[in-house]
Amino acid sequence: MKPRFVLRADDPWWRGPALVALAALVTFVVTAALIRWSGGNPIAAFRYMFINPLQSRFGFTESILSATPLVFTGAAVAIAFRAGYWNIGAEGQLLAGTIGATWFGLHADSLPSVVAVPGILVAGAICGAAWSLVPALLRARLGIDEVVTTLLLNPVALLVITGLLNGPWRNSETGFPDSDVIAKSAMMPVVWPDTRVHLGLAFGVVVTLMCWWFVGRMTGGLKLRAVGLAPGAARIAGLHVERTLLSTAVVSGGIAGMGGASEIAGVAHQLTIGISSGFGYTGVIVATLAALSFVGSLVVALMLGIINVGSFSASRALSIPSTMGEVIQSVLLITVVAALVIQKYRIVWKRGDA
Amino acid sequence: MIDVIVDLVAATLRIGTPLLLAALGEIITERSGVLNLGIEGIMYSSAFSGIAAASYTGSLWIGLLVAVGTGLVAGFILAFLTVTLGVNQHVAGLGLTLFLISTSNTVNRILFTSEGGQARVDPWSSIGFGGPIFDQYVFTYGTLFVGAPLVWWIVWRSGFGLRVRAVGENPEAADVAGIQVARTRYQAILLGTVFMSLAGAFITLAYVGQFTINIINGRGWVAVALVIFGRWNVGRCIVGAAIFSLVNAGQLQLRLVPAFADIPFELLLALPFLAVIVGLAVSGRNVPYPGSYLKPYRRL
Repeated sequence: MKPRFVLRADDPWWRGPALVALAALVTFVVTAALIRWSGGNPIAAFRYMFINPLQSRFGFTESILSATPLVFTGAAVAIAFRAGYWNIGAEGQLLAGTIGATWFGLHADSLPSVVAVPGILVAGAICGAAWSLVPALLRARLGIDEVVTTLLLNPVALLVITGLLNGPWRNSETGFPDSDVIAKSAMMPVVWPDTRVHLGLAFGVVVTLMCWWFVGRMTGGLKLRAVGLAPGAARIAGLHVERTLLSTAVVSGGIAGMGGASEIAGVAHQLTIGISSGFGYTGVIVATLAALSFVGSLVVALMLGIINVGSFSASRALSIPSTMGEVIQSVLLITVVAALVIQKYRIVWKRGDA
Repeated sequence: MIDVIVDLVAATLRIGTPLLLAALGEIITERSGVLNLGIEGIMYSSAFSGIAAASYTGSLWIGLLVAVGTGLVAGFILAFLTVTLGVNQHVAGLGLTLFLISTSNTVNRILFTSEGGQARVDPWSSIGFGGPIFDQYVFTYGTLFVGAPLVWWIVWRSGFGLRVRAVGENPEAADVAGIQVARTRYQAILLGTVFMSLAGAFITLAYVGQFTINIINGRGWVAVALVIFGRWNVGRCIVGAAIFSLVNAGQLQLRLVPAFADIPFELLLALPFLAVIVGLAVSGRNVPYPGSYLKPYRRL
């Protein structure tokens, strides 16, 4: 008996949600085993991870804060993947953005907030875009696979930050390898009183909605989707495939860089070596779980933010490793992409060698 | 001067061993038309599981076996996702890497660091003779004189290799000719992960002797780049691995030279990564990717 996959003719409305629920169930079972092993009670741990953050104002707003960089990286990855440009370098581009933002923030003392706050985002965007330019040019001009080059530049960006913090940007008061605090005027104002939720979230949502509008409603977006779906056909139709890839890559890097600036200006207020806890890689999870839909990625970003905050409180309360949140997110990614494929097919069991 | 050159060559051989091993695995995998981006995570989890098993049992050989077993399980997951289901290979591979790294870190906390410990063993030492250059690990000689020729023979001279290449270039034609596409791809992926997990195990069980967070540090991505640079040929991959490792060994040496003391060492650390990208750029355009690279195959 051998399984064979046959395209479904029908697609009842419940199959998609049912398979995603099944994927979530598989995720729970796999991670429950690991939580059990670490000496925690899985049910209690899941309550901490998924329910607790929603039960208090503090937990909910911290989840939103944790989702903010993911809104940026999710949109950055989604727009690139839509064009068939496999940018896996959002991590490095976000880190490059934090460098630009820190440089701007350290020199923004004399600027009023109205100028400095947009300015720091632009500085981050420029650096993020610049960081994605090399892989994009190599792809567009020489046809060199962007997956490898964008991946390889991620550790390089972290090394640049380490070099800056051990050298010219070392904290002038403490001597620790983290930068001085940026100018007050360049800090993102808090938009939800008595919480840490800052204006960066609003910028992230606006950027995501602009992506949605552009990709879904504008001529340029139609070209972008055409290049992503069928580059050969797009070329024959007279589209500039390389130019589209190049501009998409730069925009994607710019959005990721803005995410870095939002972290500097909104949360950390200084550059540190641990400024990003893999936000760029998580952006791939966000975009994929949202099936590359921009509005969907906002929801997924919030969900992953809840898991992040929840796994830290679970770790504190039950003394299980805090890395459990990352395990859950990655298992969820694998099971959901599998479910999305299975949704389109039905399995036929066939006898013999067919 | 002679000392520097001797050190340089010796370090190049050491640094190049895991890269070449991983690249050999990736060659076999990609020749079947499948990109294994799980390579970074497979090296990471094998490096961890190998040393974890070795430190509990006291046997490096059991550690090696467990490392290979970990790689095979990971390879099976990747094969199921990319071959059976036909999931996007970039997403499946990256997802597998994220899963394996976060799970290894979690298990590392459970077993070792939660009690302030660390996975540590007395690693395999070098062979103990042959002077400063040729006193290398058995792994290194095995990779160069057994692994590389073996992979070359498998890909170009064996019936299995012919099937792998057929499936990688034109799965429809291979299917018509009676080759089982899915089975061949499973075999290629699993065989590839054996090499990748040996590469990971070499780092903890021989090279370093302990496990630390981020121990693979992008070596898997470098191996993927070397395969493209090497155009899926064993010989060119050896050259690529040698150049990369020489740059890496060179930057380690430069840090000891007083004249370079003012250059931030982070810049030197970034040098090998940049060298790979430059290497890809100068090796030119129109790289001959396998015909069905990244394309899942399904009978209609």
